[in-house]
Formats: sequence, C-alpha cells, structure tokens
Amino acid sequence: MIKVLKAGFYTSIQDLGRMNYQEYGVPYSGAMDSYSAQLSNALLNNDPNAAILEVTMTGPELLINGVTSMCITGADMSPTINNVRVKNNHVIQVEKGDILSFGKLNYGFRAYIAVSGGFQSEVVMESRSMYNGITKGFRICKGDELQIVSSENSIYASNATLKINREHFKTLCIEVFKGPEFDQLSPAQQKGLFTEDFSVSKDNSRMAFQLKETFKNNLQAIITSLVMPGTVQLTPSGSLIVLMRDCQTTGGYPRVLQLKETSIDILAQKFIGSRFRFIVAN
Amino acid sequence: MGDFKLKYKGFGDRSILIEWPSEIDESTLNDVLYFKNKIEKHNIKEIVDIKSAYNSILISYNYTIGNVYSEIMTLKTLYSERVSPNNCVYKQWRIPVCYDGGFALDLEDISVQSKLSKTEIIALHSTSLYTVYFIGFLPGFLYLGGLDERLYFPRKSSPRLNVKKGAVAIGGTQTGVYPNESPGGWNIIGNSPISFFNVSKKVPCFAKPGDKIQFYAVSKLEYDNIKALVDAGVFQIESEVIDD
Repeated sequence: MIKVLKAGFYTSIQDLGRMNYQEYGVPYSGAMDSYSAQLSNALLNNDPNAAILEVTMTGPELLINGVTSMCITGADMSPTINNVRVKNNHVIQVEKGDILSFGKLNYGFRAYIAVSGGFQSEVVMESRSMYNGITKGFRICKGDELQIVSSENSIYASNATLKINREHFKTLCIEVFKGPEFDQLSPAQQKGLFTEDFSVSKDNSRMAFQLKETFKNNLQAIITSLVMPGTVQLTPSGSLIVLMRDCQTTGGYPRVLQLKETSIDILAQKFIGSRFRFIVAN
Repeated sequence: MGDFKLKYKGFGDRSILIEWPSEIDESTLNDVLYFKNKIEKHNIKEIVDIKSAYNSILISYNYTIGNVYSEIMTLKTLYSERVSPNNCVYKQWRIPVCYDGGFALDLEDISVQSKLSKTEIIALHSTSLYTVYFIGFLPGFLYLGGLDERLYFPRKSSPRLNVKKGAVAIGGTQTGVYPNESPGGWNIIGNSPISFFNVSKKVPCFAKPGDKIQFYAVSKLEYDNIKALVDAGVFQIESEVIDD
C-alpha cells in the first residue's frame, strides 16, 4: 500500500486507456505520454497496461508501506527517497516507511510512477484510467491509500538504467497529417500552418491544448463529426485546439490536422509557453 | 442502400474516415448504420473500434495502417456488394419528463420569446418522435433529430457551469438530455428521472443509433416515484420493438 501525503498539482491513475466504449461517448483517457508510461512498466517487467501514476508539473509525496520496486519515467522532477536523490528511468528498491517526494522540474511536464505489479484501483469498462463521471475519482487526493496488485516478484531487481531519447522532450517538431477539412483552407493558410511558430497556452489539460496564437480563417462549421486524441480543431475565431487523451468523441469544428501518435506523447510533455512547429509526417 | 457517393480519407496514422454528403436526414443515417453494421460483421481483426455520427464513420485500427489505399479498396468493395435490402429493426423508448417549474429553468423565457404557452411547448416537445443519430459530447448524450421547428431556440450566450443530471434541454435545432451533471449552454425545460448512462453495465446506454425516443410528461410526484425505482435499479423503461 502507498499512502498519499501530498497529491501534487494533478496526479491521477492511468493505464493505456479505455478502448471499445467510444460509441457511447466515452473518452479514451489513458496516459498522456503513453511512450513514457510504457517505459516505466517495461523497466519493471510489468504488463504494458499496468496502472501507473501520472504526475503533472509538481510531484506528490508518497509514503511507502511495504517492500517493492518502483520506476519513474517521463519528466524529471528531481525525485528523492528519504531526501536522497534517485534517478529517473531506473529501477528503485523501496522499503516500508520510505518517502518518495519530488522537487524542481528539470525537463518535461508529466512524470510516471510505476510500481511492481501496477496500482490496483477500480476497473471501469475494462480500464483503471481515471475520468470524471466514469471512475469515482478523477485524481488522487491527500490521504488516499493506493493499493498494489500483488505479484510474485514484488521486488524486481535490475541495475539497468535506460538512456532515454532526450529528443522526446526537446524536439520542437510536432508531426502531423492533413485533417479531413485541411483542403478547405486556402493555399496560403495551408502553408501558414507549417511555417508559423505555435505555442501552448495556459488553457491546457488532459482534454485539450489550446494554442496561444490565433489563425485567421473563414472555414464553415461542420456537421458534428468524429474526433480523437491528436485532432487539431480550428474555431471560427481562429483558435487552434489540439485534442488530447480525455477529449470528447465528437465535435463540430473543422479538423485541419491530425497528430501522429508519437507526437501526442511529445506534446504531452510541453508546458505553457513551449514553442513548436507542425511538420508533415512521413 | 449503398447508393450514396462516399468519400474515404486517411485520418492520422491509424484511422480511416468515411463521409456521406453533408446532410442530416434519416436516409443518410440508415445508410451509415447499414454500412457500419456490414463492416462490423466483416470482422477485420485489426479494427479496434468503429463509431458513427450524422454523416460519417470513423474506423480505428490497432496499429499504423501500412497501406491506406488497399484498406480503402476493401471498404469500397464491401460497400458496393449488394445484399437483399435489410429490414430496419429498432426500439422505440418512452421517456418520462417532469416539466415542472422547479426543473424548467428556461421554459418561461422560451414561452415569452416564442409566444407559445408553456402548455403548448410541453405538448409540442412530448408529441414528436425523436431519432437517435449517435452518442457523443458526453458519455451517454444522445444526439436526437426531430425537434418541432416551433421549438428551435438559440443556445444561451453564456453556458451554465452546472446543469443537473437528467436536464432536458433545447439548443438551436436540437433537443437532448444531460446524462450527468456538466457545464452546458442549452435551454432547460424539464428533467428526466431515467439514467442515460450506467457505468456498471457492459452496454452502458439503453438506446442506440437508429432507435426512437418519445417523451411523456409526468408530475413531480410521479417523477419522485420513478426516480426511487431507477435508483433501486428496478425501473423498466417502456419500449417497443419496431420492424419495418
């Protein structure tokens, strides 16, 4: 069991998402940066879909109540065990009474905490991913006691430290495909999407990232149609909205671009003010 | 069936979008649902999910599509294969709604501006037969077609932060029921005690695209009684299977 002493800015339990329920209007959810989440489970030899904690911007403080192995991936938030700095992307052995806490954010925006066996929370519609209205809670709170799936080897000894690809956090390129309404933009507008710089605004959440810059256009609203994580919508007032993992299943704004799967993970690690460019995926 | 001119587009690296002409009508809906059903039956194992909206189908695959054109050719062939015209079998659901003042926050407003009495508005709203086009916006939110033109009413200029679960509302040319508490900009005219989304069920929504919904007015007392039965999990929604 792990006790939450401090929850951090926004910490939630996620796995790889809730598939097969979109026709009922249920969002996919799941880890925003699925690459980093899967890495944390892989280092512990967990099931790829084992539930992990997704930490946003500032880390939680967790009291460990048993011997187990853990692994932290994604953003580097200066993790410590009992105030001793530990490494990201490395298997950590913890014991009863240990306290995992975090400090300064060095790079990225979302960190993942995996524990040997995975977190054991309620499974709703085949997934543990938290989402308001589907699961009882939508994030973890101070005082919560997080259960762990019991596994045969709760201690997974490994000295491997993975050398991660820093480009995942540093790249300024977001790879995209043309969206269904891309062709309705004028040639100059089409070019503009790939030559202008864009940046993440303060309106960013697990549902969507609104971009700071406005993009003049005269596109007509569409008959409500289907959208998914990575869809870039363009509103009549010129806002570009990149839908993320918790997005609705349908929308009425023109869909001008669609992010490549790997670029959704990359964007999930950017924060307010981060600049980037759209480039054509190949 | 199978007579529409469809557009097929790769959508990202894992999905294909199929679009019908930009119309909201039942012949489009029936063709969308017919094709969706055919794709599901064809059982392409790489497909993760298929969902539909007014005039579109989105097919998502569980990995990057290697050759979009060959996938699209498979789908085109499937669409062109004629089968004997299939009957439309759907369910018609009767949904209780309490239009009393305590729930109907915007009924007065609509009445003043539309110059229809509250009784007329309730009668118009509860006599139409609505078609379920698809589920979206929120888990369990049914997009319904068939609102009487006299009840068209623009969305509120600033949305409410908290619309109650079960709120029955009108937004522009559409009507719908909020399946859960949420922010919302539609005009609220009543509340239904029925649960439109049930997380504990394998199939969380009772209605599906192609079904019909009819609302009927109930008093606050009847509302409370039904609500108690719904909460206890023993209320049976009246429904009828229609085969035409």
